Amino acid sequence: MPKTLFEKIWDLHVVVEQKNGPTLLYVDRHLVHEVTSPQAFDGLRMNKRNVRRPDLTFATMDHNVPTSDRSLPIIDQISAKQIKVLEKNCKDFDIELFDINSPNQGIVHVIGPELGITLPGTTIVCGDSHTSTHGAFGALAFGIGTSDVEHVLATQCIWMEKPKTFEIKIEGKRKNEHAVTAKDIILSIIRHIGTAGGAGTVIEYTGETISDLTMEQRMTICNMSIEGGARAGLVAPDEKTFSYLKGRKYIPKNYDELVDHWSENLKSDPGAQFDKIFTLHVDTISPQVSWGTNPAMTTDVTSIVPFPEEYAKGNQDEEKAAIRALQYMDLKPGTPITDISVDRVFIGSCTNSRLDDLIEASKIVKGKKVSSKVRAMIVPGSQLVKKQAEELGLDKIFKEANFEWRESGCSMCLGMNPDILVAGERCASTSNRNFEGRQGAGGRTHLVSPVMAAAAALAGHFVDIRELDLN
Amino acid sequence: MEPFKTIKSIATPLDKVNVDTDQIVPKQFLKLVQKTGFGQYLFYDWRFTTGGLPKEDFILNNPKYRDSKILLTGKNFGCGSSREHAVWALLDYGFVVVIAPSFADIFYNNCFKNGILPIKLDNKKIESLFKTNSEIEVNLENQTIIVPNETISFDIEGHRKKTLLEGLDDISITLQYEDKILQYEKSRIVS
Repeated sequence: MPKTLFEKIWDLHVVVEQKNGPTLLYVDRHLVHEVTSPQAFDGLRMNKRNVRRPDLTFATMDHNVPTSDRSLPIIDQISAKQIKVLEKNCKDFDIELFDINSPNQGIVHVIGPELGITLPGTTIVCGDSHTSTHGAFGALAFGIGTSDVEHVLATQCIWMEKPKTFEIKIEGKRKNEHAVTAKDIILSIIRHIGTAGGAGTVIEYTGETISDLTMEQRMTICNMSIEGGARAGLVAPDEKTFSYLKGRKYIPKNYDELVDHWSENLKSDPGAQFDKIFTLHVDTISPQVSWGTNPAMTTDVTSIVPFPEEYAKGNQDEEKAAIRALQYMDLKPGTPITDISVDRVFIGSCTNSRLDDLIEASKIVKGKKVSSKVRAMIVPGSQLVKKQAEELGLDKIFKEANFEWRESGCSMCLGMNPDILVAGERCASTSNRNFEGRQGAGGRTHLVSPVMAAAAALAGHFVDIRELDLN
Repeated sequence: MEPFKTIKSIATPLDKVNVDTDQIVPKQFLKLVQKTGFGQYLFYDWRFTTGGLPKEDFILNNPKYRDSKILLTGKNFGCGSSREHAVWALLDYGFVVVIAPSFADIFYNNCFKNGILPIKLDNKKIESLFKTNSEIEVNLENQTIIVPNETISFDIEGHRKKTLLEGLDDISITLQYEDKILQYEKSRIVS
């Protein structure tokens, strides 16, 4: 029987299979961070258990670390404690930790690929839903809760019901590749399939557009699979994947041999059946801006804030949700998206904080100034991204335009550190969730691409970036 | 984990769809390093004003539902972040059952690890529960919800039911397969 890529990776990791019930899968890489792990380590201690494979476990601190001067002590005592607890846990259980002063520190989903910890055909878990990002390398990667973090620490395995398969074909050529980005592609997909459209499935992204995208762009797409409700997103690895990883710090010694094996095996067989299929044609899509309080509440930059009744198409629950969302966002139906002014701009997060993202954003910033009404910040995804960007002089471009240039971390994507919105502030954000209060209680988030965020910072409102010179 | 017992309680109707885990427990409360004490932060931004006072119009602040153990809500409950703190907050507050048309995958899974029973019911049955104003009984053994004049049955995967009824710990179960894990480890192609 022809198999999908997902099924192949799944089959290669089965440790125990049962007739009725979940499968025990082996985990090749376990990534750990400070927020969802303390209770798991506590559980181990309480039951006198050890970490089975510290050599397959890697930790960093990203969620609540300050992005300001790292030589200063952390002011928030509870954050400081969480960071100390991770340091102690890693020391006690012999786990490699990229701590706040490490040149390898960064958002867990940025550093995994960057360090070559993420590999094709592997299973990767982390106590964070955006683990789906690593699927861009053809890895089966998904987020887990803290109980499962403890389970993986103790057993290096995880019980899982076999998800269904969902093929999302991305076809066509974008008319303006700098203005219509990977972020606009994934927002368009979620807008169509809804926030639960991928529930119970692993998505495989296929089609000519996917092959055209860089690894960083593929990561942006896989990253937001969870926003469409899917457990994971996958892209079959190709030459781009293998050359991205080559020479990275943690790749196995027999990397070249593995590449031969991967290029032969890691793709869906012709004729393999998916449980669900959706096709997106990118020829006609526009830059996207979210207007509501979930990522499916998104529209074209050239469009208007929708009328709840039209948006809901007869679904009463959706209509109520849209009314509530507009109230929370303080937006009136019919307002052109380009008339929405912003107070803050955040370029960062595991969705859009990689070198590519910063290069694209810098192109329109060069030689210009951030609007006097806007406070804008750039938070590189990792120390390595920051260093590479500085080598290219991007920091100067951004700083001269009055952007803040920060240290790496999750930052304002979820506002667990001091980078938060004040109630009522409106933010153009390159992150992944526009939920109520996500970036700070009462804060209003519009999800956009890095280029759109940069353009909004300069203009003080959203603009149709296709009209700008982006080359 | 405590074995799951039959629950009798009034159900708290939270009539919202796509309730995300950022709403269930906002991020400013994720910094605790233990599993207890999260109940006070449950639905924090909906429950309290910025000054920390209870918002009267929010359902959890209605005295009628003060001792409720059952939460009744809309589709795709628990979407977004994988934070298990959302489940700890529900449990710590006193909810042991959540009934909705559908749940987000990670949240659904997290419930069973902590002794919370998430029940998926179709919209029609949910609607009739939303109209019920009196105590209901949730019996996991029989897979029934008993409301006055009606018994609603629900589906649940057999192994998940067993886990809850017996209060089983996943790790001890897995460790019984030590030989299989060792055997697998010998065959791995990626080191």
